[in-house]
Amino acid sequence: MSFSWARPYEPKHPLMRWIDERLPLPRVVYGAIGGGYPVPRNLNYWWNFGVLAGIFLTIQIITGIVLAMHYASTAGGAFNSVNQLIMRDVNAGWLLRYAHMNGASFFFIVTYIHIFRGLYYGSYKAPRELVWMLGLVIYLLMMATAFMGYVLPWGQMSYWGAQVITGFFSAFPLVGEPIRIWLLGGYAPDQAALTRFFSLHYLLPFIIAAVVILHIWALHIPGSSNPTGVDVKDEKDTLPFHPFYTAKDGWFAGGVLLVYAIVTYFAPNYLGHPDNYIPANALATPAHIVPEWYFWPFYAILRSFTVDFILEAKLWGVLAMFGSILLLFFLPWLDRSPVRSGAYRPVFKRFFWLLVIDVLILGYVGGAPLNWWRTALGQIAAAYYFLHFLVILPLVSAFETPLPLPRSISESVLHGEEAEAAPVGSSPRGGSTAAAVVQ
Amino acid sequence: MRFILGFIGAVLAGVLLISMISNLATYVQNPPAPLASEEFHKEPKPLHLASDGIFGKFDNQQLQRGFQVYSEVCSACHSLELVSFRDLKGIGYSDAEIKKIASDWKTQVPSINPDTGEPATRKALPSDTFPAPFANEVAARAANNNALPPDLSLMTKAREGGAAYVYSLLTGFTDANKYRDEHGKPLPAEAKPPQGLHFNPYFANLNIAMPPPLTSDGQVTYADGTKPTVDQMAKDVSAFLVWTAEPNLDSRRAAGFAVVIFLLIGTILGYFAYHQVWADAKRKVRVTGALDPENQAKTRRAKAKQGVAG
Repeated sequence: MSFSWARPYEPKHPLMRWIDERLPLPRVVYGAIGGGYPVPRNLNYWWNFGVLAGIFLTIQIITGIVLAMHYASTAGGAFNSVNQLIMRDVNAGWLLRYAHMNGASFFFIVTYIHIFRGLYYGSYKAPRELVWMLGLVIYLLMMATAFMGYVLPWGQMSYWGAQVITGFFSAFPLVGEPIRIWLLGGYAPDQAALTRFFSLHYLLPFIIAAVVILHIWALHIPGSSNPTGVDVKDEKDTLPFHPFYTAKDGWFAGGVLLVYAIVTYFAPNYLGHPDNYIPANALATPAHIVPEWYFWPFYAILRSFTVDFILEAKLWGVLAMFGSILLLFFLPWLDRSPVRSGAYRPVFKRFFWLLVIDVLILGYVGGAPLNWWRTALGQIAAAYYFLHFLVILPLVSAFETPLPLPRSISESVLHGEEAEAAPVGSSPRGGSTAAAVVQ
Repeated sequence: MRFILGFIGAVLAGVLLISMISNLATYVQNPPAPLASEEFHKEPKPLHLASDGIFGKFDNQQLQRGFQVYSEVCSACHSLELVSFRDLKGIGYSDAEIKKIASDWKTQVPSINPDTGEPATRKALPSDTFPAPFANEVAARAANNNALPPDLSLMTKAREGGAAYVYSLLTGFTDANKYRDEHGKPLPAEAKPPQGLHFNPYFANLNIAMPPPLTSDGQVTYADGTKPTVDQMAKDVSAFLVWTAEPNLDSRRAAGFAVVIFLLIGTILGYFAYHQVWADAKRKVRVTGALDPENQAKTRRAKAKQGVAG
């Protein structure tokens, strides 16, 4: 698809030839995730997380479909259908439920690593802007799906989470409150909201799967980026996806599934909140309403705006929270540096790690009960988040002097096999090869 | 466009700065008084149960004792709606015993008189869930000074601290007038329990509607000869509530070990397969001479020995 030396599909079995002539689906699969997709040979393990996100999406869809067979989306019956029927009486129902619950967390963990890999290695830059933007669409859909899924067990956090999140809309003047009531189908979360959340929670994963196909399609036009950020020049720079990257993804996926299994079987409620084992009660507000951990950074941004300044504080918070994700759509144009990889951008690299720490701080503040110093810390961290993307990144990309790039991908990884016999320093590219090995 | 976005970023950061300054100013001008519920609240006492840890297993003997405490004490007010009598098989009761426990249960199950269609009650069957002590919330509140005794099925999963919290709460009732925190500070008057509430430092706001349920040693008589001290009864019923909240705990861990071992073997095999596949593509050339990492280490060691810097 992407490079002229990509191996074309050659059906071996007559049946496959028969199918391929009528519907070239085997050809498409071979070109997408088989031996027909040439991939840069120098990918590191940070490149494994896209495949992992696909694996967790599959796990979520499969466990979710079976759970839906036993779940009752009624305000009176939802809590017991989960905590009595599924957890006690359905065969291996506890496994399905815990696998789905923790599968969501792991889906977010691998997706966050995937996103930060893209940020560090400049995977959002030309010609992969649409790959990046489609990825953000997937991420937004994931957030909507996860939020609605968390409402379904109809526990205290489900109910009050739904109350708080739909309450965002009421921050907008005039139209806000009618929109909130329209979304909920009532003045507060109840039967109407629960049923529609269930319906959408079942629908959205399939839309995610469809956008994933677009994401991969757009990726395969220029091909995968790589840790040097240098374009693929010839066949020597690439290896076929299968068997090289299927083997690398395969064992690594086994390792991540191992961690997932340990959490699911031995600490299934570790990432959850005890209050969600209390049935929803519209008359009793929990002491600390917190969303699931993967929303904590955004929750911290929302809560950081505490002063009515021209606009109401709540509206500032809601706008900033939505803005914190929407600004990522502009990233390909905010970062003007022609060098993709952060490995060759000394100043950018420092700010990148500062951003990682900043988001971790936001996550901590978003999950913990508020006090005076956590509020102040969250405000500093939220301010840095916006300054990083909207001010620092454009300035850094304008003034930074990047390090010299390797001339090609193969030079960066092959360590000069062709100059094997020559002593270090005597070959024309000796300096860079030796440095690469010592690192 | 970059300029506009940069301006938006600066505005958001500015509003955050204003928010921070105004918050800190408020904090400095009138710092919030520490709440008694935070100052005197205690974290749960440590509790060790047979089901703790990844190798833990339920102790059926203890669970049966805990069930006895539930049925003789707690069930007067607290329901166990998610658990069925038939589930008791999981803690070692026989079918005949379960049948007897169900039909002897003090509350009957609401039903319909088959001849007249009038509301009636019948004896519980093993397939029934534990009948609630009160017909509905209004009845429960009317009998309990307007407080609602919560259902206990999921209690150890529904509270921070789990079983240790339940155990601490049951044994933590104390006289508010004599109570001192670890610095010897007495409770301020406004934190003392109002009429009808009971002081308990393990409860979130220190004053709980439930009167002390386990008041004296020997409140129940254990069939297995265990001495029924208050502490023992509290431990046993906490262990029982771990089981009601997570009856599949033992089989979950057993399945977990099988899955972990399976994935471990699969991952190791996959890792070797990966090395096999990549063997040619990854062939590395060793640097020789001054840049060989081994020679560099030797140089460093020699320099360190002679005290040469750099």
